[in-house]
Amino acid sequence: MRFEPDAALLAFAEQVGTEGPVAAEGARTRWDTGGELRPDTRLVHAPAGILEHQPEEMTVRVRAGTPVAELHAALAAVGQRTGLPERAGTVGGALAVGENGLEVLGRGRVRDTVLQLTYVSADAKVVTGGGPTVKNVSGFDLPRLLVGSLGTLGLVGEVILRTNPIPAASAWLLAEGADPFALLDALHRPSAVLWDGSRTWVHLEGYDADVAAERDTLARLGAGAWEPVDGPPPLPPHRWSLRPSDLRSLPDTQAGAFVASVGVGTAWVSTPQPARPVPPGLARLSARVKAQFDPSGRLNPGRSPLPTGAS
Amino acid sequence: MAIVRRRTNKSTVDPVVAALVDAIGADRVRADAAERALFAHDASVFERGVSGPVCFPGSTADVVAIMRIAVAHGRTVVPRGAGTGLAGGAVPLGSPIIISTARMNRLLEVDVANRVAWVEPGVINLDLSKQLRPLGFHFAPDPSSQQSCTIGGNVANNSGGPHCLAYGVTSQHVLAAEVVLPDGEVVTLGGVEAEPAGYDLRGAFVGGEGTLGIATRIAVRITPNPPAVRTLLLAFASTHATAATVGAVIAAGIVPAAMEVMDQRITIAVENYVHAGYPTDAAAVLLAEVDGLEAGAEICAKRIAEIGTEHGATSVHLAGSEAERAQLWKGRKTAFGAVAQIAPAYYLHDTVVPRARLAEVLDEVYAIADRHQLLVVNVFHAGDGNLHPLLLFDRQEPGVMERVHAAGAEIVSASLTAGGVLSGEHGIGVEKREHMAAMFGPDDLDHQNRLRRAFDPACRANPGKVLPTGHSCADIQTLESVPTGVWV
Repeated sequence: MRFEPDAALLAFAEQVGTEGPVAAEGARTRWDTGGELRPDTRLVHAPAGILEHQPEEMTVRVRAGTPVAELHAALAAVGQRTGLPERAGTVGGALAVGENGLEVLGRGRVRDTVLQLTYVSADAKVVTGGGPTVKNVSGFDLPRLLVGSLGTLGLVGEVILRTNPIPAASAWLLAEGADPFALLDALHRPSAVLWDGSRTWVHLEGYDADVAAERDTLARLGAGAWEPVDGPPPLPPHRWSLRPSDLRSLPDTQAGAFVASVGVGTAWVSTPQPARPVPPGLARLSARVKAQFDPSGRLNPGRSPLPTGAS
Repeated sequence: MAIVRRRTNKSTVDPVVAALVDAIGADRVRADAAERALFAHDASVFERGVSGPVCFPGSTADVVAIMRIAVAHGRTVVPRGAGTGLAGGAVPLGSPIIISTARMNRLLEVDVANRVAWVEPGVINLDLSKQLRPLGFHFAPDPSSQQSCTIGGNVANNSGGPHCLAYGVTSQHVLAAEVVLPDGEVVTLGGVEAEPAGYDLRGAFVGGEGTLGIATRIAVRITPNPPAVRTLLLAFASTHATAATVGAVIAAGIVPAAMEVMDQRITIAVENYVHAGYPTDAAAVLLAEVDGLEAGAEICAKRIAEIGTEHGATSVHLAGSEAERAQLWKGRKTAFGAVAQIAPAYYLHDTVVPRARLAEVLDEVYAIADRHQLLVVNVFHAGDGNLHPLLLFDRQEPGVMERVHAAGAEIVSASLTAGGVLSGEHGIGVEKREHMAAMFGPDDLDHQNRLRRAFDPACRANPGKVLPTGHSCADIQTLESVPTGVWV
């Protein structure tokens, strides 16, 4: 059946309106991502609230203004969670930014978490893509296009997300001098392997016996003692996106202090990532997408998911 | 074998064919009526296609050349993999140039450090997993057609398969694609790095059913083979008990690698066909597989057996060896072939419903088939609510196709009413495009059309697919009409 917007969504569409520059404000957790918002931009706020959690379907319908912490607290009460990063502010903000959580190896990518996504378009229409079930290939994948688009194609109002069971056991372990690349091969699906050039943090999740077996595997690798710790280390401010195999040479780049997500390719570094050139063909295609969805350029002006000047 | 239609008077040769031969070579272009007829249909029941010249490019440069000729001559194109699609996605409408990926079938690079394999689009799904096996990896999506379907086709249809329950469908396993856009420009969408900059055009492209361009190189995620696997076969006296067991397993916080259900009619056919070891007296069987580390796999297998018993399973059997596991899966994977014992033809449907509604929608499917005097068998991905009713028929029977299509439409409608969706893994193609308006409103479809137009402003690639009539790219007459009498 077609998605029917409720009164809150319709009110959000009315707030967005059809005239003038506009952006949705969440918790401002990643507010400066993708460029500085044009100062005359009017700020609007997506509705908040968890609408429907179906634990046996492993889905949850939630409004975009809902804090991720609130969503995860509600889901945890029945032993579930989503792939949205714990550090995110609101659900809508997390989806607009599209950055994966620290434990992406274990929990999956943010873009794979979204089953259905409803947004308000540049001409104040309520548009829905995807579907309510855990598997769906009906029509073009508008949800994936919107995730990470920084609100430049539409402003997210409501989504249906996939949920996952919270594993029975969880352990963060720390060792000095281990080879994080070797242990990634030795372990079966660790949730995170972090490395700062000398220390390695590993997050193991699963059944108690599985986590115990993985700890034995770590011990057998013989890289010193693994000590239990409370969680991941503090992360430097700048997020780099690299190929997983590029992380090994990160210490040689003189980029400064870093924490790298081994097997993923994300690194948090004390200096910004050098600009990466955008191929002109990709810039042209991206510009055509933007022009189709927001012909007047009123959504989040000043921001672009491509590096500045590209589109 | 005649490669290109040749006449003594060269001026009567289709100028498009002449240009294609000139660009990519005579051995890569076929234009005889008999050979074009081979490409007029795919594995679906839709047969109204008319194929233009058929091209077999060997490289990205060949695909670019073909696309430029299509642009210059105002022709449309249809990308084609193995033609195993069941929604008519590869059926040529309006005499397009067919771009077959059959000769672009090289595994280019296995990059274990980044857990990526670069492949050409014509690589066969199962061949890729076989080549990765010695390295301890596989490609997770495993459609039933995996012995013949291609990775390019998997990308176009965002294909699934039994093991997508735990591992996700194709979109989760495609990191990047080099794509020839319908205007001939080559772009790389996505990337091997953690978070490629820009819009997720890779995500938008996957599942585009060949309407957004043609992938010429694809970076797929390779998945480590699990250290432990347990495969169970549970038999039940009713489909309701089977469906309830599936729901209870998920509700217990277990995400199996696969949970497949087969009803009695298909179970009997499969047993006759490959002797997989299925009990033929059960109303339905559940094939469940869990994987992971040794202890967790053991815990999950035990729990599934308990849940099955609590729901009245008449037998619970754990595969005792790799050979037995392979035999159980052989039964599931050959189910569609086994159907030939019951009827000469089938129409395989594909919808998804919430898991909690599985049993009641199955009842409805049986009732719909009865009303239309058709036999239906069910073999499906129960774990994610993905129904696959097979309507069985004999084309010789007058009027049977009308009944088959009417029953199919009712199955789609019953699935949507239950809170489901049009397709779980086969796509929309021509089969379900007129159903799109039942799931999406005019603004939703308008925005899907905008995505399409951003990639393909001229509606050149695979016109007449996915979007219903009334949206610009749904109209196959968008481009210049084909010269009278040529190729139609």
